[in-house]
Amino acid sequence: MTSASAGRDWTLADVPPPPRTASAVADPPWVRGLLIGVALLFLGLFLLLPLVTVFGQAFSKGIGVYLDAITDPMALAAMRLTLLVAAISVPVNAVFGVAAAWAIAKFEFRGKSLLITAIDLPFAVSPVVSGLIFVLLFGAQGLLGPWLTLHGVKIIFAIPGIVIATTFITFPFVAHELIPLMQEQGTEEEEAAVSLGASGFQIFRRVTLPNISLGLLYGIVLLNARAMGEFGAVSVVSGHIRGQTNTMPLHVEILYNEYQGAAAFAVASLLALLAVVTLVVKRVLEWRMGRASRAL
Amino acid sequence: MRSKRSSLLLSSLVFAFAVSGATARADKTLLNVSYDPTRELYDEYNALFAKHWEETKGEKVEIQQSHGGSGKQARAVIDGLEADVVTLALAGDVDALFEKGNLIPKTWQKRLPNNSCPYTSTIVLLVRKGNPKGIHDWEDVAKPGVGVITPNPKTSGGARWNFLAAWGYALDKWNGDEAKARELLRGIYKNAVVMDTGARGSTTTFVERGIGDVLIAWENEALLALETLSHGEYEIVVPSESILAEPPVALVDTVARRKGTTGVAETYLQYLYSPEAQQVIGKRHYRPSDPAVAETYAAKFPKLKLFTIEEKFGGWKPAQARFFAEGGIFDQVYQPGN
Amino acid sequence: MGLLRTKRSVLPGFGLTLGFSVAYLCLLILIPLAGLFVKSASLTAAEFLAAVGSPRALAAYRLSFGASFAAAAANAVFGLVVAWVLVRYRFPGSGALDALVDLPFALPTAVAGITLTTLLAKNGWLGRYLEPFGIPVAYTPLGITIALIFIGLPFVVRTVQPVLQDLEPELEEAAASLGANRFETFRRVLFPTLWPALVTGFALAFARSLGEYGSVVFISGNMPMKTEIAPLLIVTQLEQYEYGAATAIAAVLLVLSFAMLLGINALQRYGTRRFAGAGEEPA
Repeated sequence: MTSASAGRDWTLADVPPPPRTASAVADPPWVRGLLIGVALLFLGLFLLLPLVTVFGQAFSKGIGVYLDAITDPMALAAMRLTLLVAAISVPVNAVFGVAAAWAIAKFEFRGKSLLITAIDLPFAVSPVVSGLIFVLLFGAQGLLGPWLTLHGVKIIFAIPGIVIATTFITFPFVAHELIPLMQEQGTEEEEAAVSLGASGFQIFRRVTLPNISLGLLYGIVLLNARAMGEFGAVSVVSGHIRGQTNTMPLHVEILYNEYQGAAAFAVASLLALLAVVTLVVKRVLEWRMGRASRAL
Repeated sequence: MRSKRSSLLLSSLVFAFAVSGATARADKTLLNVSYDPTRELYDEYNALFAKHWEETKGEKVEIQQSHGGSGKQARAVIDGLEADVVTLALAGDVDALFEKGNLIPKTWQKRLPNNSCPYTSTIVLLVRKGNPKGIHDWEDVAKPGVGVITPNPKTSGGARWNFLAAWGYALDKWNGDEAKARELLRGIYKNAVVMDTGARGSTTTFVERGIGDVLIAWENEALLALETLSHGEYEIVVPSESILAEPPVALVDTVARRKGTTGVAETYLQYLYSPEAQQVIGKRHYRPSDPAVAETYAAKFPKLKLFTIEEKFGGWKPAQARFFAEGGIFDQVYQPGN
Repeated sequence: MGLLRTKRSVLPGFGLTLGFSVAYLCLLILIPLAGLFVKSASLTAAEFLAAVGSPRALAAYRLSFGASFAAAAANAVFGLVVAWVLVRYRFPGSGALDALVDLPFALPTAVAGITLTTLLAKNGWLGRYLEPFGIPVAYTPLGITIALIFIGLPFVVRTVQPVLQDLEPELEEAAASLGANRFETFRRVLFPTLWPALVTGFALAFARSLGEYGSVVFISGNMPMKTEIAPLLIVTQLEQYEYGAATAIAAVLLVLSFAMLLGINALQRYGTRRFAGAGEEPA
């Protein structure tokens, strides 16, 4: 327990709340209306309108063009690749996130804040730079390039390169989500389990995992959305071979460049749909998490 | 538990779909790494060549395409993109494969007819219907108040052709007075409103976003835009003089040797010069190199005074160093206007 | 590992999880990033300075910093309003609105870029109404800023929201009972508690915007010295085979972003201490 929440417990338990005077605490109605109006206008213009535009443009040439675009063999190949990339980088980063959060949240050690900062690093690295570093490392002119070519290993401009770049970009999501959650939960429950003689893995599975499962899912959902939607980094390492190394976002760009605006937005609408599903799943998780914390 | 099992089922289905791609493999696979505006050309040519190869050799060949800015594509090949053949926008980018990557011999351009250029093009001006700004030649593009769309010469091969076309015109017009040429180019780039990274991006900006009064473009891009996008909203203006744009093709020896595709890759490039392929080239808005085929497309490609990069600038290498290197003439004349 | 630990714990798995985390971090993040510095070290000091200090590079940093700053500032203001509305008021659709805030996290940046350009170009749904007023948006720094506002919004809302949720109503009630009006309560009581989160959100949005590429290239117009952002300049240099110059500019961006992250973390620790200290007082 952090001292902050301890302080709150004390207040809530022992002091009868003062009588609430609504006018002193609540905003005047005109402020309330104004703020809601500003928020609605801002979100409507900046978020809702672009979302509507994607679907509007996607169906601008009719449902036939839409269906053709998303069932085109190149589009299917792009979807397949995108799913494959996500199917690899999401579990890998989820495992990392849990391990890192365990070490950071349950133990005190030197260099901890540096480690936390290092984990966040991919958030701040330009996607272009993320792609570039792997070209510098694995490209034919790169540090490991000659060795890779000699042994016939293809990384850059092939699926492994796309997976690595995506994994780099999505690296912090789960850890970022779990560290504060696990820090807040403290170590009492696990320590109790140790005193009852549970093994490390048993503790994790029976005590920790149920506590963090919703947060973990939440992180995975965001991680997945980003993995499927990454453009900048993947564009640098992909090589743009049609039907081979084009992910869905790259396929959108290609269609856009081929003057097939409606088809580009059709494929984009699938990604936007993914975004909407992500938001709904996230919302449901939040709701369940809220319920779970109230139940405690 | 139920939700766990169903999510397991779902994820295995997703995974099965993800890995299910690789069916119906061809006997041979070629990768053609090309620049932006050739998409439609190679879509059609690849089908033609696959048919030809199967008829003559009884083998199925699948040709994969990669398109992007010419310089970016050359760099990808140097960095390890396994192209059997490259079909780029200018010889300078193919030269880089020799200079930076040692992937092809120095004499690559001598290996195929016509300086390894099965098709040529030129640089023209695309204007809005009725030509409201009265643009008829290069000097009109530099007039104050004209919005110009051209890609960035630092990233786009087409943009370099654009620059050199105007420069060469100025030299001929003012008897080799470079100060005049600089003045013309300064005017043109002062008028630039958007500089996309590639030729295709510029066309989109001009046509679909409605920005600018004149697009300096490949002739093939301008014709394609008229064909697929325009509903009589644009006109091509052919300047009095322009550059003969020569986009070359080349076998990437080291890659093809490693992949064992040298034979089919060589034939792929040679067949570009056949009359059937030349017909496709003409149809897809490039100027055929075969004189007989060119004759049948005479109406489509107006005759104008054309100079080559060799005669005006001594080839790509000196032109690149003098005009487009850091601090070169482009950097000197380019001043962002307001 | 025992050397690292500053406090004994009975829990197992410290060596395993820390070792795995650090190894994975090194392999995937730190070693590749080090490659960047090795590559840029192949330049001489003079070459390095010429690459990162050329007028064009300076113009690109100026644009990237200016637009990112403007976008982050706009997000700090509107993000605070949005967070406030989402936490304090209940109205039909507020739940959907709350979910919508994460859209920029989930929507691929390239899709965002193409969509915003389509909307804001002078023949677009929005652009056509702005153009007659002489406000061209697409292909101007304003367009870049709008794309960055889109990208950065959730960072501010999602860092401010939890702090706002945890605020105790007693604080405001106490202020009110002491005779403060609503505005004074906000300025004297609420804002001091909120500002570390607000600054953190601002800095996160700013750091993210500095490097943003996908959503910006479509709308920027890419005019050197005018609308060319720093990440695009890296790509431009690469395409001219100037690996050294590209990595040098990348290294500059990277160091700046890292410094900002360190700052954010320090700020968060400061914020936690303050908050923790305030909580302890009654006891």
